[in-house]
Amino acid sequence: MTGQPRIDVRDLDMVFGDFAVQRNLTFQINTGDVFVIMGDSGCGKSTLLRHLIGLQRPGRGDVHYDGEAFWAADDERRQAMSRRFGVLFQSGALWSSMTLAENVALPLQLYSPLSPRERADVVRLKLALVGLRGFENHYPSEISGGMKKRAGLARAMALDPDILFFDEPSAGLDPLSAKRLDDLILELRDSLGATIVIVTHELASIFAIGDNGVFLCADRRTMIATGSPRDMLENCPDAKVRAFLRRGEMETQ
Amino acid sequence: MERVTFDRGDAGSLIVRLAGDWQIKDGVPGHDGVDPALEGVAQVRVDGAAVGAWDSSLASWVLVLAEACRARGTPLDLSGLPAGAAKLLAVAIAVPERKGTGKDERRTGFIERLGRSTIQAGRDIGDTVGFIGEAARAFALLFTRRARFRGSDLALLIQECGAEALPIVTVISLLMGLILAFVGAVQLAQFGADIYVANLVVIAMAREMAAVMTAIVLAGRTGAAFAAQIGAMQGNEEIDALQTLGISAMEFLVLPRMLALILMTPLLCIYANLMGVLGGLIVAMGMLDVSVNGYLLQTQGAASLGDFAIGIGKSAIFGIIVAVSGCLQGIKAGRSAAAVGQATTTAVVMGILFIIVADGIFAVLFNILGW
Repeated sequence: MTGQPRIDVRDLDMVFGDFAVQRNLTFQINTGDVFVIMGDSGCGKSTLLRHLIGLQRPGRGDVHYDGEAFWAADDERRQAMSRRFGVLFQSGALWSSMTLAENVALPLQLYSPLSPRERADVVRLKLALVGLRGFENHYPSEISGGMKKRAGLARAMALDPDILFFDEPSAGLDPLSAKRLDDLILELRDSLGATIVIVTHELASIFAIGDNGVFLCADRRTMIATGSPRDMLENCPDAKVRAFLRRGEMETQ
Repeated sequence: MERVTFDRGDAGSLIVRLAGDWQIKDGVPGHDGVDPALEGVAQVRVDGAAVGAWDSSLASWVLVLAEACRARGTPLDLSGLPAGAAKLLAVAIAVPERKGTGKDERRTGFIERLGRSTIQAGRDIGDTVGFIGEAARAFALLFTRRARFRGSDLALLIQECGAEALPIVTVISLLMGLILAFVGAVQLAQFGADIYVANLVVIAMAREMAAVMTAIVLAGRTGAAFAAQIGAMQGNEEIDALQTLGISAMEFLVLPRMLALILMTPLLCIYANLMGVLGGLIVAMGMLDVSVNGYLLQTQGAASLGDFAIGIGKSAIFGIIVAVSGCLQGIKAGRSAAAVGQATTTAVVMGILFIIVADGIFAVLFNILGW
């Protein structure tokens, strides 16, 4: 798709106090892409995600959604913009005092005119989409880690967001569950037309679903490559990126 | 047998001979000799041919040697070590020490620590004031528009901090009444003024003890629970999840907790008054020559509605103090299990401290006003 990018990150600096985690991040995320944020451990992938979803203010630069500056906007406008996001946190971050159904229902309760009965129907659909039908009245502590992630995904999708953010969705899952989650992500993208941003370092996922991506380097504290992961693997001039994508194995040439 | 010997070879080379068994349980030889031995040496070779059984104590000693050599730029030949130990060392040496990780050990002087904690204390006060301001703003939302929290949460909180606190409040205030009556009975009996035990108990309970004891029980019970709940939610990214949905933790978590305590503390205080008078009555019946009717009549005459109103009004304020200190510490808590424990402790200490301070201020204030 051409035209304006959905998300446009310009000259972003991420800082804690006077310690810069990453500097000069500039990249675009196109509508409908599955965009992968990758990099070695501790390079600030999850921190970048927190900047994109409004949990941490950048030291410099801004993030533009459909051309509109996110951090330059006032709090109210920023909240309105963030209603277009769905976020799946690393551990699911389900509200532990509520059942799965209540977790998914809360965003609907706050931001939709649905009646309680209609809400219950929507909740049932969302939980069914992630394969958790029948677990409506379970509490988060009563289900497994993989199920928590899926329930978190159902909650992230509650308001039919345009943009879905995932923080390491397949971390801690067995290979089959991880594969199933990847398939689910692709299906959601295709059926909802959502743009998807994923933080991950699972190579299998990166190649299976990533259309585009950015590579952050912990040592140089900036991005060292952008583009599609396959393209990076073949053509990236930076040896570190190629080594990362090959899991450190020698290049065969 | 000496486990380490330094031999000067020809042409400025040094041979470090290691011998015997190197086991952790036998300790590791000191490395005081390393630096002098390296003085003016061009190359170093380690000879471990005489090493018997070895474990990581050998590797850790050699690592010190290797680091000393690296600092001087002296080449070091480790091929004479047992094969396993040489490999172990190669792994340890492969990644050089990362400098500037920001956690270097550094001795800090008394003045510096004093300064740092003063700055920190200033920040804490700022945080607290900011939090109270935000809490007040959230409270105002209750009246201007529908504040965003779930009614079912409020109902559950009311049950937890109200109804479920009844047993402990019963025991504490009944005993409080008993104790006051005992203390009074012994003194007043000397003047034959037994009946005034009723005055003592009801005035003390109504104006002070019921409100303070209820608040302290709630600080330990409910304030700690608030801090732990919210702190654990912080660690599990649950607060972040609220925030990305545009739900303020202030409205969704803090406001219902404040409301629950503002509603429940005065009710518990009234109940504590009742129990306190009952406690006094038990002592009066058992120890003194006072009838039930006489005691109750005396009680009725002794305390005015104003006395009760003062105690109940204070307890609402104490409820706010407990809720604010619990929620503030929970929100501020770090993202680890230790941080949640710390937050809980601070919440209880801060709650009790401010209850007593506020009560002192009220005492002075009411004295000036002549209430």
